Amino acid sequence: METTSSPSQVREKRRRQGTGSVLLHFLGSMNLAITLLVVVAIASVIGTIIQQNQPYPDYLLKFGPFWFEAFATLGLYDVYSAGWYLFLLAFLVVSTSICLSRHTPSVLKEMRRYREHQQERSLRAFSNRREWTTRLDPAQVEALGAQTLQRHRFRFRSKAHGDARLLAGMAGRSNRLGYVFTHLSIVVICVGGIIDGNLLLKFREWTGQLQIETRNIPVSQVDPSSRLPVSRGAFRGNVNIPEGRSAGVVFLDLKDGYVVQDLPFRLHVEEFRVEHYDTGEPRSFESDVILTAPELDEPIVQTIRVNHPLTYRGYAIYQASFGDGGSLLGMRAWPLRGDDREPWELDGEVLKDQPIDVAGREYRLELEDFQLFNVRPTEDAETRRDVRNVGPSFTYRLRAPTGEAREYHNFMLPVEVRGRQYFLSGVRSTPQEEFRYLHLPADSRGRPDTFLAFYNLLQDQDSLRAASERAAEATLSEYGLGDSGLVPQVALSARDLVRRLLEEDMQAVLEYLEDSMLERQVPEDRRQMLMTFSRLAMERTLWEAYLEARSDGDLQPVSAADEQGQAFFRDALAALSAMDLYAAPVFLELTDFEQIQATGLMIARAPGQPVVYAGFGLLTLGILLMFYVSHRRAWCWIKPRPDGGTDVLLAGANQRDPLGFQRSFGELADELDARLKAAESGAGGRRAGGGGVSILGGAVGGPRGTAGLRNRP
Amino acid sequence: MSTTPDNVIGQFDDRGFLRRLSWFDWAWAAAFLVGTLYASVHFGPWMDVYEQGILYLGYATLIWVGWVWKPARLFSLVVAGLTLFALFQYPDLAAAERNFFLNYLLSSQSAIMWMCALFPAATVVYFAGLLARSEYTQKVGSALTWAASGAGFIGLLVRWWESYLISPEIGRIPVTNLYEVFVLFAMTTGLIYLYYEHRYRTRALGGFVGLIITASVGFLLWYHFDRQAHEIDPLIPALQSWWMKIHVPTNFVAYGAFAIAAMVGVAYLVQARNPERWRQRGLPGAEAMDDLMYRTIALGFAFFTIATILGAFWAAEAWGGYWSWDPKETWSLITWLTYAGWLHLRFTKGWRGTPMAWWAIIGLLVTTFTFLGVNIFLSGLHSYGEL
Ligand code: HEM
Repeated sequence: METTSSPSQVREKRRRQGTGSVLLHFLGSMNLAITLLVVVAIASVIGTIIQQNQPYPDYLLKFGPFWFEAFATLGLYDVYSAGWYLFLLAFLVVSTSICLSRHTPSVLKEMRRYREHQQERSLRAFSNRREWTTRLDPAQVEALGAQTLQRHRFRFRSKAHGDARLLAGMAGRSNRLGYVFTHLSIVVICVGGIIDGNLLLKFREWTGQLQIETRNIPVSQVDPSSRLPVSRGAFRGNVNIPEGRSAGVVFLDLKDGYVVQDLPFRLHVEEFRVEHYDTGEPRSFESDVILTAPELDEPIVQTIRVNHPLTYRGYAIYQASFGDGGSLLGMRAWPLRGDDREPWELDGEVLKDQPIDVAGREYRLELEDFQLFNVRPTEDAETRRDVRNVGPSFTYRLRAPTGEAREYHNFMLPVEVRGRQYFLSGVRSTPQEEFRYLHLPADSRGRPDTFLAFYNLLQDQDSLRAASERAAEATLSEYGLGDSGLVPQVALSARDLVRRLLEEDMQAVLEYLEDSMLERQVPEDRRQMLMTFSRLAMERTLWEAYLEARSDGDLQPVSAADEQGQAFFRDALAALSAMDLYAAPVFLELTDFEQIQATGLMIARAPGQPVVYAGFGLLTLGILLMFYVSHRRAWCWIKPRPDGGTDVLLAGANQRDPLGFQRSFGELADELDARLKAAESGAGGRRAGGGGVSILGGAVGGPRGTAGLRNRP
Repeated sequence: MSTTPDNVIGQFDDRGFLRRLSWFDWAWAAAFLVGTLYASVHFGPWMDVYEQGILYLGYATLIWVGWVWKPARLFSLVVAGLTLFALFQYPDLAAAERNFFLNYLLSSQSAIMWMCALFPAATVVYFAGLLARSEYTQKVGSALTWAASGAGFIGLLVRWWESYLISPEIGRIPVTNLYEVFVLFAMTTGLIYLYYEHRYRTRALGGFVGLIITASVGFLLWYHFDRQAHEIDPLIPALQSWWMKIHVPTNFVAYGAFAIAAMVGVAYLVQARNPERWRQRGLPGAEAMDDLMYRTIALGFAFFTIATILGAFWAAEAWGGYWSWDPKETWSLITWLTYAGWLHLRFTKGWRGTPMAWWAIIGLLVTTFTFLGVNIFLSGLHSYGEL
């Protein structure tokens, strides 16, 4: 498309043209277009490497304060609406439009021109050509040529050049429209995209007319400067609606906050459902909604599912997510600190905070989530299909008066781990961490009571003393020292070790034991024995406490040989060891719940969508025309010979597909060849078929002349 | 018409396209029409109106392909015949192990394993034929490629049936996860290659194209044995849409075409180092390969454009917007721009040859990232295809 000219000519031309057109030339140039294509491609990569539109604190944590700021300035958390990226796109659109406006006139002209002024000499220079000399007269040849061209779908013009005649044919000219459609479509699609990009909103944000709200407050308290009235503009926002509630707004995420967009209707959510396959994977998410609007006589009642949105007056409402909508939870609180260790019952509502007193301190209990199903891989899972549902769980945060908080994730029912049942309670101090689960052994009635009673006994001075004394006696008598008067001393040391165990873990206890032996300079030979003894006394103390806890819980007494009881005891010790990491003032057991879910709906308005879709149509059409319609030309030069015969020259050209055209030109020439031969070899008198004859108006006579048909390559 | 000299001569045939069709063309189309009508009625309860539309669209596409490219007729008959035979052996899933034919040939796992064996074999044979300059050996290569593509096709069709045998609620078209689309990729690439082999009348490029298919077969085997990816899992709600039935296959025609273009690019670069020797071995000339590269990229670009547009339609229905700058979408755009760059260089700057071959190869790397890398390395709405 570019015409070639020497550099000095170009410079000369530009000087004459002035800066405006130089700029225009630059913007519409192919080099710029290709560079832009590549630059936009590379720039787009960034947004796929950095996850877009995440909460700002996540970025801060990931990149550190310096890079966080730097990236925020560059707009890398929302690349595709960053100024520089939009500028690049706009540049591409401008460049394409200029290119289009420069080329379209010549393309259209080219589509209409048959090139019937082509001269014989120039035709002879074509690489695709064939010549014949025939004794048929020119009129016959013209008819045959016309027939042949037509059958190959050429339209043509016939023009006299002196006594010669030229049939100038052209086929597949819509190929040239392909270029126009393709490039026009780019512009159209981008325009549609810009409409839906809602520049107005961005503009209001830049100019400060729109304030971003970052606080988590009820809609009614949001300042009007952070609220958008119903308008015809585009937006895409989200809203969570609990079952049984309704909403008339959506929230548009912007930077580190949101703004509120009013809707011209209200959505009431009847019910939200998750259905599952028997493998436990979700099969469908659906919300039963009722849409009411002032202009509606009857509300619209519909179920929204993934892939099945509800559309109302240009607003499309999608099932996007779901969550808890304020489930009501009944809990039993087991205090782990303080003097009064009696559990008590309390109620709460997910997403609400409430105060909770533990051991004389006031904490805040922030109930965060409730999950009815928890599908986990089975323990010996070999395939992804080996899953089980371990039942309901809930998540809460306990915020100390100092403000720091830890988050807990507790299961309602015991979960089987390696053949034993545990109440799992996960804990973490920041959302970035994984939960680490405390395994509280469930007793033979599937309750946490025994362990918790056991734990409490150990913390209670009197009970511990009693247990330690029983243990000291028993241990000493096993060693045959039953009445050595060592009981108080041994009991004291056992209590000391137990307390250490509660504060730290078993490893630390053993190290402490060893250190204290060294400190007291216990001789080498007795050290081992003493250590074993102290440990036995401690373990015996724990065992005694355990027995007591069991009988408190009215469970049958265990013997030392009871497999179950022993296993429970081992688990209990392991849990004790881990209690220091758990570091919670209270253990909340879920006793009862009423699930209330919330559906997460995305509501979008995209007035540019029809424009974009029209662009898609143009693009597809344009590309198909460009690739699969071949624009080709053929000329048939017919020159009468003095002997009454005719010289025929057939030439053809296709700029874009030389190789393919070579073949199709071959077919064209073969056909003309065959027609000429047939006409010459006495098919005389027969009417030649095809419509070409009548178009030309010339009748086709029988063969004339005697010159043999020669095929001149 | 019939009295014109043209027909007498018989060197060319000036009847219209439809009139040139043989009785076999019509019988073949009629046979598939019966099958399609039967499926439309018999499976009607499971299909909505869009799916009916897609069924008939699929039929029309098949007939069009078969009439334009004659070998596709026999191929489709064999595939359909064997698939039907397999389905009749399949009252329940357990039959896959009891029944001799299913166990060794036609259950989806066996058929796919056959595909996995035949494609590498075809590649070796093609190369052997090229190096030994043996026309016959290369023909064997073609036959193996036909067989491999057929095995893959049957594997997918039978798998479709198997998914319903597991449970009707799990049943779905097998183009929904990475495992299935790799089979789809190998098979479509094989078929598209065979079409160009036919059109360009050269089998010399079979080995090169075979390399990329073999690579994907390697991945498939790893994915199967290491990750048990061959198991049929139920569909997550986001994928339960008829759009998938057209979006995914369209995409894979594009990927297949791009893959072939890149491998022709490799062949181009190989031949450029010693044109004379390779010409003697029968590798097509530089101009022909350049042309083939253009054809395949054009095919790929057209299908990729349509697939991306279909994806946008689907996204508008599933995610609330036709374009969300999700990583997969963004990488599709990147891929698209890469090939748009290629086309511009060729048609407006007139570039040919080595740089274009390199660009085609890099294009395939970009495509591979879009197809695979995005699922592995980036997270987004398209995250169902995770490894
Ligand atoms: C987003 C931007 C663009 C896209 C996606 C795009 C796409 C395409 C495509 C797919 C082709 C077809 C190649 C072929 O003929 O096979 C093409 C051709 C062409 N493009 Fe672009 N284009 C873009 C921008 C531009 C710009 C800015 C210019 C002007 C400098 C331009 C000038 C051309 C020309 C002259 C052709 C050749 C037409 C022909 O000879 O048939 N394009 N473009």
